Amino acid sequence: MTQQNRLNNGGRIDRSTPLTFTYNGKKYKGYKGDTLASAMLANGIDVVARSFKYSRPRGIVAAGAEEPNAVLQLGATEATQVPNVRATQQELFDGLVSASTNGWPSVDTDIMGVIGKIGGNMMPPGFYYKTFMFPESLWDTYESMIRKAAGIGRAPREKDPDTYDTINQHCDVMIVGAGPAGLAAALTAARGGARVIIADEQNEFGGSLLNGTEKLDGKPASEWIHAVVEELSTYDDVILLPRSTVNGYHDHNFLTIHERRTDHLADIAPVNMTRQRMHRVRAKWVVLATGAHERPLVYANNDVPGCMITGAVSAYINRYSVVPGNDLVVMTTNDYGYQAALDWADAGRNVVAIVDTRDAAIGDRIEAARQRGLNIILGSAVIEVQGTKRVTGVSVAALNSDGTKVVGSVTKLKADTVATSGGWSPVIHLSCHTGSRPVWSDSVVGFLPGPTPQKQLTAGGTNGQYETSTALQEGLDAGQKALANISLTAVEVVLPKVETLKVAAPMSLFHIPHLKPTSQAPKQFVDYQTDVTAAGIEIACREGFEAIEHVKRYTAMGFGTDQGKLGNINGMAVAAKALNKSIPETGTTIFRPNYTPIAFGAIIGRNCGALFEPERYTAMHKWHVEQGAMFEDVGQWKRPWYFPKDGESMQQTLNRECLAVRNAVGILDASTLGKIDIQGKDAREFLGRVYSNAWAKLAVGKCRYGLMCGEDGMVFDDGVTACLGENHFLMTTTSGGAAHVYEWLEIYHQTEWPELEVYFNTVTDHWSTATITGPNSRKLLEELTDFDVTNDNFRYMDWKQITVAGVPARVFRISFTGELSFEINVQANYGMAVWEKLIEAGDKHGLTPYGTETMHVLRAEKGFIIAGQDTDGSVHPFDLGMGWCVSNQKPFSYIGKRGMSRSDCVRENRKQLVGLKTKDPKQVIPEGSAAVLDPKAPMPMPIEGHISSSYWSESLGHSIAMGFIKGGLDKMGDTVYYPLADGTVIEAEICSPIFFDPKGERQNV
Amino acid sequence: MLHIYCPHCAEYRVEEEFHAVGQAHIARPLDPEACSDQEWGEFLFFRKNPRGLHHELWVHAAGCRKFFNMTRDTQSYEIKEVYKIGEQPSFVASPAQQQTTSGAQS
Repeated sequence: MTQQNRLNNGGRIDRSTPLTFTYNGKKYKGYKGDTLASAMLANGIDVVARSFKYSRPRGIVAAGAEEPNAVLQLGATEATQVPNVRATQQELFDGLVSASTNGWPSVDTDIMGVIGKIGGNMMPPGFYYKTFMFPESLWDTYESMIRKAAGIGRAPREKDPDTYDTINQHCDVMIVGAGPAGLAAALTAARGGARVIIADEQNEFGGSLLNGTEKLDGKPASEWIHAVVEELSTYDDVILLPRSTVNGYHDHNFLTIHERRTDHLADIAPVNMTRQRMHRVRAKWVVLATGAHERPLVYANNDVPGCMITGAVSAYINRYSVVPGNDLVVMTTNDYGYQAALDWADAGRNVVAIVDTRDAAIGDRIEAARQRGLNIILGSAVIEVQGTKRVTGVSVAALNSDGTKVVGSVTKLKADTVATSGGWSPVIHLSCHTGSRPVWSDSVVGFLPGPTPQKQLTAGGTNGQYETSTALQEGLDAGQKALANISLTAVEVVLPKVETLKVAAPMSLFHIPHLKPTSQAPKQFVDYQTDVTAAGIEIACREGFEAIEHVKRYTAMGFGTDQGKLGNINGMAVAAKALNKSIPETGTTIFRPNYTPIAFGAIIGRNCGALFEPERYTAMHKWHVEQGAMFEDVGQWKRPWYFPKDGESMQQTLNRECLAVRNAVGILDASTLGKIDIQGKDAREFLGRVYSNAWAKLAVGKCRYGLMCGEDGMVFDDGVTACLGENHFLMTTTSGGAAHVYEWLEIYHQTEWPELEVYFNTVTDHWSTATITGPNSRKLLEELTDFDVTNDNFRYMDWKQITVAGVPARVFRISFTGELSFEINVQANYGMAVWEKLIEAGDKHGLTPYGTETMHVLRAEKGFIIAGQDTDGSVHPFDLGMGWCVSNQKPFSYIGKRGMSRSDCVRENRKQLVGLKTKDPKQVIPEGSAAVLDPKAPMPMPIEGHISSSYWSESLGHSIAMGFIKGGLDKMGDTVYYPLADGTVIEAEICSPIFFDPKGERQNV
Repeated sequence: MLHIYCPHCAEYRVEEEFHAVGQAHIARPLDPEACSDQEWGEFLFFRKNPRGLHHELWVHAAGCRKFFNMTRDTQSYEIKEVYKIGEQPSFVASPAQQQTTSGAQS
């Protein structure tokens, strides 16, 4: 297939390296140096998309990041699918496979186009809100239908084969954009000895210079660019980042750069290369040299393929050697639009007319066009375009002097391309990311960067300075300023000489009037990607949306993946006119990161798969895995949940494990319990202040259970603390609460009681804990220690420093099951060895490993709470029936004391923790079930409480539950009901939560 | 992302190493029992939410684990100063801002 629109010479493409690519299943040729868009235009591909709402054919409009239509799906295989790729920013490589994302059966013959023509009129702004609001349950269905019809790209269904990474960078001067301003700034800063990073989204540096024919020092601009890049690459402290979009400017001069390292090479990254990289840069100073985007004008049928912006026409001709048509009409409000006509004529094709909306204008570019004999029509506009899949002609008419009305008769001209320029909008996105509001400039006819607290400088197009000479000078000045700001001396930089052209004032015009009122004229598109028209914005304003942010949301203007780069200012201008306000009064919407869409892979970097979230393992983890344990996540810990044997269900496993503990002995890996080592002469006093109970008299060698409350009196953690020495304690916390408790201790010590001499250290990972529990646990321990562990020598709630299996161990005789228990703590690196010895020795005693679920059942049989399950931040110790764990004799007003005595905490009828025994012993009440007194009461029924813990108890042969009931501690024996979602009701009797061994004899033997 | 100077480490570190803990300079009443329920409630629950200068308590959680105070502009996110526990800020809100803040509270 021939590249019908390709010129024979010129451009920055390499004709000796032809490339083949696929678009919608068909093969085409292009050259190295092409973008996908330039190669498509070279091949005469007019239609690249069907529009979102009306399904109209759409073509390529722009040549850069602002492209709204040529947003394609890339990828040769399922795993390498990439959605939302702007063809204008995708470099061509051999074998590239691309497809348009909408249109059925194809973008060229689209069946929705017919429906869109009818349906489109029935889709006013706010259509989705108005139509798909109800019933809410169907929203998911609507959404998937809308997405399919709208043709939004899709993510791959297979795992991405590529890797992505992240790198942290620091620099003195971060320069964003490598056009004339950015390069001048970089050269200056680098010569001055600054650490510089310069990033540009394009494959090569040069910015606007790449698209034009301007001479620097009388030579092609590429020579100057080459010399600057050469010099910059000689500095050790200068990093050059092409193909790198600075996507976010965050607080305190932190920038995120999305570097595409291999997207231009192949479908999959070469071996040992990451596909994309996120640079996280902290810069002392930032120079924004981000340039400007051209604005198209808004006129009737301005979305027909062949309608482009003038700068893009010049770029395709000069950079890619592609003329995207034969007969060109230019419409412009400013001098720069003339350049496209000059370039078109230079390429040897027909310029039909240059339509200038200004009555008169004197400028060097206009003069050049005149001298070339081009047909210039002043004071007029293209009010309408003819054609469907390609422009076939235009209607031109004279306008009144402020461009609000058509005054002359209509002339029809034949053309296949319409290039428009409504002026240029500075790319201010980054300067706005940290909250700075842009400022409107009447002379620039655009928004400029506003005041900012960031250490930021701006230069060139982003300041509304579009002449190359000015951009260079501003870049140099910014470089010198940056050097001065970091106390480096200014350097000499001689800028290349550029001809400064005389430029006439632009006209402030955005929306071209039609003979008919906007609402009746053919569609005048403002935002191509979301199909928002001038009429739509007027309707939104008429319906009462006055704030631009509301207009945006109601019409969906700027909601596309292009974020309205092309259309937003035009939309604001239309809204301003409709609201009879000025553009600055109407204001802009807020720019937020990211500037262009970014792959999730680049955001997540290496933190995926196994590195997605840290997992914490105990020293015995391998053993649990080998035994086929099922695991439960507790915080970041992987804890054995239960240990099923062949063919056992979970309930069967739990029944077996529970019976083993009650009748023989079980073993639990309790290493994950938080452990905090507390030392200092005031450690005891400190404990008394943070726990609700008394600690003054706890003797060395003894352990005590404590409840920890907030200042509001509510329980948030619990655990056993052992007195290791007069000034030395070991506190245990819940597995998930360790970090919080540790910070809690520190904040009180550092901010409230710095006078107390006490030190905290987290030692959770230092120790491994094997808990053996059950009537045979003493016999088992005796096999592995010479120490006398009989009840007379080693009492309940004692701890001993002894040797177990030849290893020094701290053994705590405490119990969370109600059985005789020993918690054996050894240095973590001995954990596995001691565990294996216990398992080996335990065989003859019926030792059974159990997990967290059995632990929960066993503790619930004893009525022991789990902080976080049986507490929820609204229960104090008395609500839990744990007043025994509160000491009001302590001289210091411990944390929680005042909170617990608030009037609300001492009132009648608070929800209190009780046991619940179902009438049918087989029924297990679902956790979370709500309690009512009368299950036949009309809805909404008054709720008396809820279930917090509920299990089947194999040892007792009936279900057990703990839950809250209003005034429950005084309602023992009463009946409550739990109505379930399926309509059944469970009847239960309020009882003590201690179901098993109420006298607590078993742990004391 | 904020760039925070830890007054204990005497270094600038990234925000990810720190936690914001809330409003600074909320002293625990020395005699809680003497507080009325309303006074205790105000100590417990009521916090400023100013637009502009704010004094905050931060902790260098993934660093030295020490707490410190920060004066920060909640609108521009500028950090005006950091200072140790027990010290007083040298940047304070203008009377106009203070009035707005207290006005919003009442």
